[in-house]
Amino acid sequence: MYRPEVMKRIAWNRDVFTFSRIVCALTIGFLLLPLLVLAAYSFNDSRTMSWTGFSTKWYEKLFSGSPDLWRAFRNSIVIAIGSGAVATAIGTLGAIGAARYRFRLRGYVQTIGFLPMILPEIIIGVSLSMFFAGIGLKLGLFTIFLAHVSFNLPFVFLLVSARMEEFDYSIVEAAYDLGANEIQTLTLVVLPTIMPGILSGFLTAVTLSLEDFVITFFVSGPGSTTLPLYIYSMIRYGVSPVINALSVLMIAGTALLAIPLRKFLKDFAVH
Amino acid sequence: MSFGDFKALDDVSLRINKGEFFSLLGPSGCGKTTLLRIIAGFENPDEGLVNIDGIDVLPLEPNKRGVNTVFQSYALFPHLSVFENVAFPLRLRKTAPKAIRAKVGEYLELVQLVDHARKKPSQLSGGQKQRVAIARALINEPSVLLLDEPLSALDAKLRQHMLIELDSIHDKIGITFIYVTHDQQEALSVSDRIAVMNGGKVLQCDSPYEIYENPATEFVARFIGETNLFDASVESVGGGRASLSVPGLGKVLVETAKGPAPGGTAIFTIRPEKIHIDHERPDGGRSDLNVFEGVVEEPIYSGFQSKFFVRCGDATLKVFKQHASYQEEGPDIAWKDRVFVSWSSDDGYIVGPGSDA
Repeated sequence: MYRPEVMKRIAWNRDVFTFSRIVCALTIGFLLLPLLVLAAYSFNDSRTMSWTGFSTKWYEKLFSGSPDLWRAFRNSIVIAIGSGAVATAIGTLGAIGAARYRFRLRGYVQTIGFLPMILPEIIIGVSLSMFFAGIGLKLGLFTIFLAHVSFNLPFVFLLVSARMEEFDYSIVEAAYDLGANEIQTLTLVVLPTIMPGILSGFLTAVTLSLEDFVITFFVSGPGSTTLPLYIYSMIRYGVSPVINALSVLMIAGTALLAIPLRKFLKDFAVH
Repeated sequence: MSFGDFKALDDVSLRINKGEFFSLLGPSGCGKTTLLRIIAGFENPDEGLVNIDGIDVLPLEPNKRGVNTVFQSYALFPHLSVFENVAFPLRLRKTAPKAIRAKVGEYLELVQLVDHARKKPSQLSGGQKQRVAIARALINEPSVLLLDEPLSALDAKLRQHMLIELDSIHDKIGITFIYVTHDQQEALSVSDRIAVMNGGKVLQCDSPYEIYENPATEFVARFIGETNLFDASVESVGGGRASLSVPGLGKVLVETAKGPAPGGTAIFTIRPEKIHIDHERPDGGRSDLNVFEGVVEEPIYSGFQSKFFVRCGDATLKVFKQHASYQEEGPDIAWKDRVFVSWSSDDGYIVGPGSDA
């Protein structure tokens, strides 16, 4: 049976489908092509942009001839994990507190918590560096750590707060009702329930800390170079393919971490 | 019990028998949930006593009272499987794993969820979640199970089904159920006794039959089922019968044995299904029969019965008629028909003095 209105709808759908496929392909292309170029050039024999042959010499140089780079890398990892962990602990407790208790400064805490997210990084950087100078704290790894904790806090707070919004308080009452004490309720019921929020908070914090340049630039001192600072200083003397090699390894590492993590968070799905 | 200036519960005193299926019924805000939460230990009353098995439980923590709660939102632990949810109370008490497996299995069997033991709550339907919550609340073998509107999140069909299941679980384990609901149909169909509450007070505490057939107050009559209510003045009382004058309708006879003794005014009520509706005038020889002539204003067909709004004089009566047998030519009473409505004097009742008394 011929039904024109149905035929028309199908035709329209196909057009839209083609269009959205093109947009999707372009988007992925724009995101991935630079990475592919980067990966290709990390295997280039020459340090210029002209292809002269396949070589792994930049990888060799990365692992054997770049002690400063590895020191910066280690600093970055230590600060990222350390500040991420501290920000996650404080931010999680803050989010639970703000969601659960009604106290006088609650609205104030929630608003001011967002400030570091809206403020330009350069302002945070300058103000932190002036603050550290003012209280006489010597700039170095510790000040970087403090700065990262402070700009990471609102992100963790926000992500865990979102989780707390859909948190059904009656499960806490159920836990008490079934015989759990306060500590057991926190560790066996509350924390596991909001764990996806806590984990994504921690991962966001680690990522932001790893890649931060502007704020770190203002609060670092001699001998406390992080990876973004180091790369920036290297680039001033021309791009070294060692950076390409390092980038490729980091992309591979992130991808390897992201896939199982996504699955883990998905398994955690509630409601 | 009060929150600020608001008195949530006012001088409530109830005695609930062991093994009883007891319902607290009332509109939202009537204090029924507050009463339940006091028994559970989530709220502390300003004054009063809660005794369970002869022990004053008010000083005790929620988990020391021998009472467990089934929450309205189910309150399942989202990160734990069905099995682990039910096992949660046992794990807290460091029960041996083998004993846990056996006991959880037994209670999952009771609520027919053995096949779903490994699923997470997010993978269950509403009715299944409800059954997990029931199994989890029962596994501590409480002496009282509190149910806080447990079926309100389910659709109508499933609610009926779960209600029957709840009743059969109650029959199997034989502990006291205290059931909070705002749905009178639920309360009527499963309860041994019902306490009807409004404004923080218990208005009537009785069997479902008595609550429906002999409501103590106007509110109870209005809240349970459907009814016709009229303000009336008392003309005469004698021979166990009162003669009322209902403005707009006329003279109505009612037995005085039911409801409070009439004063100068009274509120009179008659259930719609107790009223007979017919084209013919019913037997006039009966002195106890109230008969009025009227016009059908609005017939509402709803399958098993029809509702009619019948205008008699200046009053409108709601009348239900069951469709007991099939009629070829369709429902015999139609819009604008002239009909007689009638009821016996012991079918109506007085639920209180008039509003201006």
